[in-house]
Amino acid sequence: MVAVDNYIALSAILFTIGAAGVLTRRNAIIILMSIELMLNSANLLFVAFARQYASLDGQILVFFVLTVAAAEVAVGLALIVAIFRTRKTINIDEMNQLKG
Amino acid sequence: MDGNLITFYILAAVAVGAGLGMLFSKNAVYSALYLILNFATVAVFYLILGAPFIAMAQLTVYAGAIMVLFLFVIMLLGTERLAGDTALIWQKPLAWMLVLFLLFAGTYQLGLPGLTEAQIQAFPANSGGPAAIGEALFRGYLLPFEVTSVLLLVAMVGAIVLTKWEGKQEG
Repeated sequence: MVAVDNYIALSAILFTIGAAGVLTRRNAIIILMSIELMLNSANLLFVAFARQYASLDGQILVFFVLTVAAAEVAVGLALIVAIFRTRKTINIDEMNQLKG
Repeated sequence: MDGNLITFYILAAVAVGAGLGMLFSKNAVYSALYLILNFATVAVFYLILGAPFIAMAQLTVYAGAIMVLFLFVIMLLGTERLAGDTALIWQKPLAWMLVLFLLFAGTYQLGLPGLTEAQIQAFPANSGGPAAIGEALFRGYLLPFEVTSVLLLVAMVGAIVLTKWEGKQEG
């Protein structure tokens, strides 16, 4: 059996990649994708610990995170489409006005 | 080194490689495809960890529905590539420094002794299947499960309201 440390390390690396995407990329869609990657790394850790403690609660939490991620993506992409209609760009640096 | 560990390292290499591919692709469509590969690898991890229902939900919801939505929006807007560079020059080095710090903060405790003994226990067979998950959802987590449906309804209404075309003629 694989020790849970390996899963912690993998999850940390994937989370860091996602955080790097949020901090360094300027494309709003790629930033949303990076957020998905971070949520996914947290899910992986939930399942690994559910396995370690032989409990189903972690898997149930993954189910809820999956739902929240789906809702977040739907609203986030709708926002990006709405912003693109008025500003004609999805560059994060150029979204600097509250009134479009 | 036993076979489980070798499988883990191969899959982990694919997952991290796909994540890095998503991070460094110039084209947003490639990023989305790399992310689908990453999600599929994580689904295999779920299968190894005794969570077949979560693995299938991951494939259908994440790799299926969410990423198709991403690809659809990328192609709808036609914004695979962004023109121009970032406006703030100091922002990128600072971001990478913070990222390295985050990686250190997330992993430094793994080197400490006393953690490596925590081997993953054997799970009772068939415990992460749809029947077990459904029973847990509808017994202990009934209220959160019902609230989830309201959340999805709100998200759906929000997405429709935000993207509704007002019919205004914009000059």
